[in-house]
Amino acid sequence: MRQLIVRRLLQTIPLLFFVSIACFALVKLAPGDPVLSFVTPNMHPEDIERIRHHLGLDQPAYMQYLLWLKEMFRGNLGYSLVNHQPVAHQIIERIPATAGLMGSALLLAVLIAIPLGLAAGSQRNRWADKLINLISYIGISIPIFWLAIMLIYLFAIQLHWLPVMGMRTIGKESAMDVIKHGILPCSVLAFSFLSTYVRYIRSGTIGQLKEEYVQIQYAFGSSKRIVLFRHVMKHVLLPIITLLGMSMAELVTGAIVTETVFSWPGIGSLGMTAVKGLDYPVIMGITLLSALLLIIGNLLADILYGFADPRIKTTR
Amino acid sequence: MNRTKWRNLKNEWLSNKIGIAASVVLAILVLGAIGAFLSPNDPNALDVLGKLKPPSANHWFGTDEYGRDYFARALYGGRVSLLVGFSAMIVATIVGTVVGVVSGYFGGWLDNLLMRLLEIIMSIPSFLVMLLLSVLLKPGIVTLVIIIGLLMWMNMARIIRAETLAAKEREYVLYAKASGQGAFGIILRHILPGIVPVIIVSATNNIASAILMESSLSFLGFGIQPPNATWGSMLTSAQGHIMDAPYLALLPGALILLTVLCFNILGDILRVGLEPKLVKR
Amino acid sequence: MTRRLLTVEDLNVSFETRDGENQAVRGVSLHIDQGETLGIVGESGSGKSVTAKSIMGLIAPPGRMKSGRIEFAGTDLAGLEEKDWRRIRGNRIAMVFQDPMTSLNPVKTIGDHLTEVIRRHRGLGKAEARQEAVRLLREVGITEPERRLRQYPHEFSGGMRQRVMIAMALSCQPELLIADEPTTALDVTIQAQILDLLKQLKDQSNLSVVLITHDLGVVAQVCSRVAVMYGGMVMEEGTVEEIFYRPKHPYTQGLLRSVPQRKSGYRERLVPIEGSPPDLIDPPAGCPFRERCPHAMAKCAQLPPRFEIGPGHRAMCWLNDESVKEELAARPEPQGGAANEGR
Repeated sequence: MRQLIVRRLLQTIPLLFFVSIACFALVKLAPGDPVLSFVTPNMHPEDIERIRHHLGLDQPAYMQYLLWLKEMFRGNLGYSLVNHQPVAHQIIERIPATAGLMGSALLLAVLIAIPLGLAAGSQRNRWADKLINLISYIGISIPIFWLAIMLIYLFAIQLHWLPVMGMRTIGKESAMDVIKHGILPCSVLAFSFLSTYVRYIRSGTIGQLKEEYVQIQYAFGSSKRIVLFRHVMKHVLLPIITLLGMSMAELVTGAIVTETVFSWPGIGSLGMTAVKGLDYPVIMGITLLSALLLIIGNLLADILYGFADPRIKTTR
Repeated sequence: MNRTKWRNLKNEWLSNKIGIAASVVLAILVLGAIGAFLSPNDPNALDVLGKLKPPSANHWFGTDEYGRDYFARALYGGRVSLLVGFSAMIVATIVGTVVGVVSGYFGGWLDNLLMRLLEIIMSIPSFLVMLLLSVLLKPGIVTLVIIIGLLMWMNMARIIRAETLAAKEREYVLYAKASGQGAFGIILRHILPGIVPVIIVSATNNIASAILMESSLSFLGFGIQPPNATWGSMLTSAQGHIMDAPYLALLPGALILLTVLCFNILGDILRVGLEPKLVKR
Repeated sequence: MTRRLLTVEDLNVSFETRDGENQAVRGVSLHIDQGETLGIVGESGSGKSVTAKSIMGLIAPPGRMKSGRIEFAGTDLAGLEEKDWRRIRGNRIAMVFQDPMTSLNPVKTIGDHLTEVIRRHRGLGKAEARQEAVRLLREVGITEPERRLRQYPHEFSGGMRQRVMIAMALSCQPELLIADEPTTALDVTIQAQILDLLKQLKDQSNLSVVLITHDLGVVAQVCSRVAVMYGGMVMEEGTVEEIFYRPKHPYTQGLLRSVPQRKSGYRERLVPIEGSPPDLIDPPAGCPFRERCPHAMAKCAQLPPRFEIGPGHRAMCWLNDESVKEELAARPEPQGGAANEGR
């Protein structure tokens, strides 16, 4: 087990290194001179050169990378080309909105997916399975923005039950208000996650139910319920750890479309604005954060999986 | 061995009512896209007086905010969506297959290198990169195809690599190797034919995701540029008229859903056909 | 007089497959008396495991018990509710399976497996069940049972796992134990140990055992009666002595020739039965062994009845028919000529 952790950690370091190079290169290769965004019409050429020097942009590419890396370790992700605010600050400011939205969506999805997946898998090809299957097919096939528009139309415009967009009503400062705003985007996201989870749990359940040990449990007088909840569930939930680990990155960037449709002031809409304005430092910051979270998420998932699965835990 | 795989694929497809229904629906959608020019209405003809009209005999799905015939636009939009989805799948399939087969067949440092590269690419949030690329490169069908295709091949490469690893150990491949055939010949004659069914299954699912990605990009305004329409971009403008003409949002979204749904269903049916098993569903 | 524990009459089980109905079991009749050990012998695909699963009521879709009667200790099992079935399975009828590597849930401890069964059927508390589990493990020859209870299946060897399975099976003092190829997946030395354990446990109680195997050597060691199955039917049935010394069915004779003779110290060249078992999807009418039988004749196109050879000894082959016997006796050199006819 310890060996596994150490090995995974060692694998992660070069990956992080290369991902950071890739992020850096992506922005470096992009057209346009970042200095120009600092230029005002009445600047002297030497002023421009001074800014260039100040930003380190007159150095060779690898030095720029190292400088960037050094700054990054100090928590400095640079400044936005559009509003000249520190990138790290802008990202941190928006993390709660996105993490709250995605966290609750993921939680909701998992909580609904487990019973649905188990039900579908154990009732294979009966009506309940067919219905759940249809729902999950729609979930992976539906354009998420369309679902969002339809829900907005139904619940906000027609029924007036929920606010149309944003995260708060102007002038209101209550948690209830935020929750009300969050219901629609959260449901939309949860629905899209749900389908993937249900499909995993369903096929996991079907696979486990075919295992010899399940047959044998029946031969020892276990009921279907006992087999499902005491024996199959643990197996089926193990892959969910991995899926959740992979979703760590989506906590940050998974919601670009949803946040845009609902004008949710999270990192997704920050990224969207940054792309539209070619605000490279912001794009780079978000990309890096997301890659970091993805890698850490996978690492954590592997380790947690190791602890949860006795076959891995007890081997050294 | 290989022939059974094909037969299973075909059996599963033909014996499944839903599979046939999905194929028929897709055939209709494709025919609609090809035959779009037969529509009496020009999808880009403006009619300021007849804007935002509800469905009528003349305009089956009504008109949009510029008075353009919505049905004609949906047909032409479908043409672009299907074309982009299909072409992006081709790009992803080619790249994925080449990387997967090369990685699996040659193994060693090459495999290591390619798989590490794959890991790096997979660690970068693809949607953001896709947005960025579509801003930087000149938007158009070709760019869109390349961008989507290049961000989708990784899973395919993994699947194909695993299949190649398995195929490599088969006796006839070992025999071909022992009898001095070149690597290229072995791959072409002995390995690829065995994994074609797997490629087809994964390609079918890839069309589905490519169409979804295209629609998201177009919806966000990064895809095909106006006045040309795709189902995604039609939804962008429909969103603005959700109050006065909600039906505008219904059609393009439903078409995307239907298309993607059919491809996903077909992909899964084919996958089931590939699984060796005794029991009929 | 011994008590009849289990009667199976005219059992038919089919599996729905892609290519049609697989008639795995076709009209099997069997019985087991209290305290006896019945061996069911046959090649894979002969329907022996399916028969066993039917007795346990474990035939699940796409399989279906089409007809037949299974009576256990006076109750008709076929009409039983699922709830009542669960009270019998693992409690009054227990089963040990072929592959101990896959028969335990890999994410649950050995203790979980044992205590679950004990608590379910015997209504014991947690601590009592645990003590009982320790006692059972010791009984099947597992050392340090307290420590072993906390371990997971992958920390056990195949033979050890099979001991755990036997402990589980015996935990509720069943009346009938069905052992489905309990030693097939094990090494030869371990096989002998497990067989010895089964024999020893059987001798300690009035347990009835159905031992399913393809190995006639195993049958000779443990069983008192044998049923030989082929193509989903019981071809011959009788005491071990009858079957081994006076086999009346060509298939049984063929099987016996293919048994390695252990006493000679080295394994002799075996005489395998030529050909392969019949396809049970759309099986040929008549005797299922006809295609491979060295004595096959025109009459075999009809399904032979069960001929009573002696008390409890039945064989399903036309060779035992009086008129056929007379006919064969009239011919010169009947056996040799027919034997070459096959191939």
